[in-house]
Amino acid sequence: MNRRDALGRVGLLLGGTIIGAEFFISGCKPGSSVNTDDLFSKDTIAFLNEVGETILPETKTPGAKAANVGGFMAVMVRDCYTEADQKVFKEGVGKLDEACNKKFGKKFMEADAKQRTELLTGLDKEAKDYATKRGADATADKLKHKDDKNYKAPDVPNHYFTMMKQLTTLGFFTSEVGATKALRYLPVPGKYDGNYPYKKGDKAWALS
Amino acid sequence: MSTNTYDAIVIGSGISGGWAAKELTEKGLKTIMLERGKDIEHIKGYVNANKGPWEFPHRGGRTQKMIEDYPVLKRDYPLNETNLDYWTNEKESPYTEIKRFDWFRGYHMGGRSLMWGRQSYRWHDTDFEANAKDGIGTDWPIRYKDLAKWYSHAEQFAGISGNRDGVPILPDGDFMPAMDMNVVEKDVQKRFKEHYNEARHFIIGRTANITVPHNNRTNCQYRNKCWLGCPFGAYFSTQSATLPAAMATGNLTVRPFSIVTKIIYDKDTKKAKGVEILDAETNKTYEYFAKIVFVNASALNSAWVLMNSATDVWEGGLGSSSGELGHNVMDHHLGVGAGGRIEGFEDKYTFGRRANGIYIPRYRNLNGEKRDYIRGFGYQGGGSRSGWSRDIAELAIGGEFKDTLSEPGTWTFGMGGFGETLPYHENKITLDKTKKDKWGLPILAFDVECKENEHKMRIDMMNDAKEMLEAAGVKDVNAYTTDPVLGRGIHEMGTARMGRDPKSSVLNEWNQVWDAKNVFVTDGAAMASSACQNPSLTYMALTARAADYAVTELKKGNI
Repeated sequence: MNRRDALGRVGLLLGGTIIGAEFFISGCKPGSSVNTDDLFSKDTIAFLNEVGETILPETKTPGAKAANVGGFMAVMVRDCYTEADQKVFKEGVGKLDEACNKKFGKKFMEADAKQRTELLTGLDKEAKDYATKRGADATADKLKHKDDKNYKAPDVPNHYFTMMKQLTTLGFFTSEVGATKALRYLPVPGKYDGNYPYKKGDKAWALS
Repeated sequence: MSTNTYDAIVIGSGISGGWAAKELTEKGLKTIMLERGKDIEHIKGYVNANKGPWEFPHRGGRTQKMIEDYPVLKRDYPLNETNLDYWTNEKESPYTEIKRFDWFRGYHMGGRSLMWGRQSYRWHDTDFEANAKDGIGTDWPIRYKDLAKWYSHAEQFAGISGNRDGVPILPDGDFMPAMDMNVVEKDVQKRFKEHYNEARHFIIGRTANITVPHNNRTNCQYRNKCWLGCPFGAYFSTQSATLPAAMATGNLTVRPFSIVTKIIYDKDTKKAKGVEILDAETNKTYEYFAKIVFVNASALNSAWVLMNSATDVWEGGLGSSSGELGHNVMDHHLGVGAGGRIEGFEDKYTFGRRANGIYIPRYRNLNGEKRDYIRGFGYQGGGSRSGWSRDIAELAIGGEFKDTLSEPGTWTFGMGGFGETLPYHENKITLDKTKKDKWGLPILAFDVECKENEHKMRIDMMNDAKEMLEAAGVKDVNAYTTDPVLGRGIHEMGTARMGRDPKSSVLNEWNQVWDAKNVFVTDGAAMASSACQNPSLTYMALTARAADYAVTELKKGNI
């Protein structure tokens, strides 16, 4: 991303939610003491890969598991997340399993594809409702403290499923599998055509 | 002749330093270019330029460690994984913020010429005359006619692509073929023209990316990865353009890891004898001597070098007799604009990634218009189809969700303003001797802020952006503004300004330090006002002009 891209992104960012965009723009608090080692266990990575695969499954093109988004999620949570976000994500792994157990009486890894989709569709709605409320609360809070120049709004973390979905999307479409199979990857276009024909079904370019 | 003696010393290897080295060596001067940071070799040194996104463990983003290590860079887009090595190590080189100032630096061969935005615009007489007309700061000692041929010289060598648009406020130059607008930008342009006629203009950006082969450089391949360093040499940088030209003369010596700590001033001749450097690797001190010294360390560091020099003669440093050295810090204020959605054009897409956008030149406070602020602003922006990072409200998860994200989304159009900042004497940098950098050198303290004129201008910058986009048919237009923090424009200027009078300026009409005539400052420090155009092309022209004068005067025995 360069400045021009950043200018464009900020405009859009404020206009609506964009998955992953805030990851490139925002700065957060450094320092973490949350142990993220267990995210890297074989079991957790397999679990996260299945969550990812449910979000972005194999269709005519490979799915998120083929891009090992589980491993990617663990790296991102370890290196890029704040302590508070790490905590939410880690607890989210357990919560997701609990929700599955409650709904189907089995762990997520034991659920079939249809059950997994049903569960995560529900969690997506829960996460979206949570985000809407979080946004409304933040607006109300801002209004309440509008006269206090030194007031620092509290950091309310995202819903864990929002984190998983964002990381899955980011991890998949920037992976070699995602960029070259689900999207069109062309490292050296060599020319520019601003009036290039497009028909429904043509893949997007992997790079912007 | 000692091995440490040259005809000319150039401090800094960025855009203006590279130009100084090229011009001086081509005119026959044995020159040493001193760079404080490491060498980055052209092409070979661009280690990330050919990587796919998956080759970056965090896909280009920022880790908590990076956020901790770069407390300034993290404030905006530059902190990222792909070219982290090009940005200054903030732990080694801190600075003091009396007021917040976002200083984004590059301490390495080529400086910020490797990461710059490449937009290249000439100034107009309106810009050079503005201070005199408004009674602000100091009058520019030059006018457009003094710089016109040097603009051409700079454009012809650097390779600037653009159209001869005939916009009165934005003089045309010697351009290579322009890049194309995309289908949506052309549509916006058409409506824009219908609405504003000749009162406002909407043009393709003029950029230092070559569109035809030039001086052994390959034309732009439309990768839009410029700031990683271009393996094709398709955009202007020290490495791609001025350095090879200077090296070809056989007259250039380059010394990396050379922090210039002071200019050595001779009280008897009232000239500089040379410079003292600290080797950044060994911490050893060396002296280099020359007949002329070009100071091109970037606006704020050029002021630092001067402030740290000749303090036994002038307490405030070399060039401080006017009391203006380190003052009048300017930048372009930005972070304000608008964006929205474009309907239709679903059967159109783009091929290639154009490293350029559209430009709306200044239109405010011209032709007799008087707003409640003075000067003006321009916009940069562009249209594109959104990608996989967009939100799809109606889809949750699953195959359809994935396949939809795998296709391009709707077209969007966005733009952001670049506003002129006035030169305020009280906007200043000073040496903070209470704190030291890694090498034990005093650091800079910043006391700089936007004032009323900029605040009022920003209201227009936001409202105009929305109004223009709506007039041009953009839907759901969302205007935004942010805190007007200076430094973010990465166009620092003004700390050793040119002028007509040694009492109110640091440099004369030839960029010579009034207090030491063989010292020339030709980077952003020299600027007496900021205009609203991206400034680097003007630095190139000023540098070439000053170098020409310096060599002529040297031959005449005048300096």
